[in-house]
Amino acid sequence: MRSSVIIFPGSNCDRDMDVALKKFGFKNQMVWHNDQSIPKSDLIVLPGGFSYGDYLRCGSIASKSKIIKSVIDFANSGGLVLGICNGFQILTETGLLNGILQQNKFLNFICSNVFIKVKDKQNKYFRDLKKDILELHIAHNEGNYFCSDDELKLLEDNNQIAVTYCGEDGAENEATNPNGAIKNIAGIFNKNKNVLGMMPHPERMIDKYLSGEDGSLFFKNILDNFK
Amino acid sequence: MKIKVIVTLKNGVLDPQGKAIQQTLNGMNFGNVEDVRQGKYFEIEVKEKDEKKAKSLVDDMCKKLLANLVIEDYKIV
Repeated sequence: MRSSVIIFPGSNCDRDMDVALKKFGFKNQMVWHNDQSIPKSDLIVLPGGFSYGDYLRCGSIASKSKIIKSVIDFANSGGLVLGICNGFQILTETGLLNGILQQNKFLNFICSNVFIKVKDKQNKYFRDLKKDILELHIAHNEGNYFCSDDELKLLEDNNQIAVTYCGEDGAENEATNPNGAIKNIAGIFNKNKNVLGMMPHPERMIDKYLSGEDGSLFFKNILDNFK
Repeated sequence: MKIKVIVTLKNGVLDPQGKAIQQTLNGMNFGNVEDVRQGKYFEIEVKEKDEKKAKSLVDDMCKKLLANLVIEDYKIV
């Protein structure tokens, strides 16, 4: 499976993502934001970081960069596009995903492990995933997902809510919501579920000695679903 | 021609920074501060002499980049 990771000025999880993808057998290439086109890919990843220093709004400047048109075309033709953290923010700013990531409710930068619940498995990311609750890492200042009531209803009706923050036992409530996101939302799909944006970083959970391996499950599952 | 734009959060959208500023002001004995909303202010120099045209250009810029209409309103002043 071929993948491309887009690098923006200020991206800082691009190389972690490269290491993770290659570890599980993706043929990955790095693509600079100012390039005209993306090499033939089965998956495009927008990595975490602080593209353009988070100027104006997180992800807003990156969402107008030269390469983005190719990403949007790729997504609209059904290609898999994964945005992690700042990548999720960029996807909402392009309009590929609904809503916006606002500043965390308590104005703090959060860096910690969290549990997330997989809410939908009828898609190429989570189909046949053996676990329902994953332990992943978050590190963000703007992860407080927000959208209008109408948009939220559409997300719920179309099963576009991908993952939610929860406790180890799966409880979704205020206590297990780190940043104030509505409905504990940690990640969502577009309508066709080929575009996934989420705040947690699976690429930081690929080594049992360093962190954990729930991220490994995520990447392996994408590959298994592609075969 | 210089066009000025103010972008603010829509009513009903939580503004944690505004809240923190309000609480700080209250703590500084400005007890009569009931609410603070924080926004952004832009001065845009447009190469255009017709004010109506310049404002309509800036309006387009607001919709496409300067404001995110999911949570923000803008006002050209």
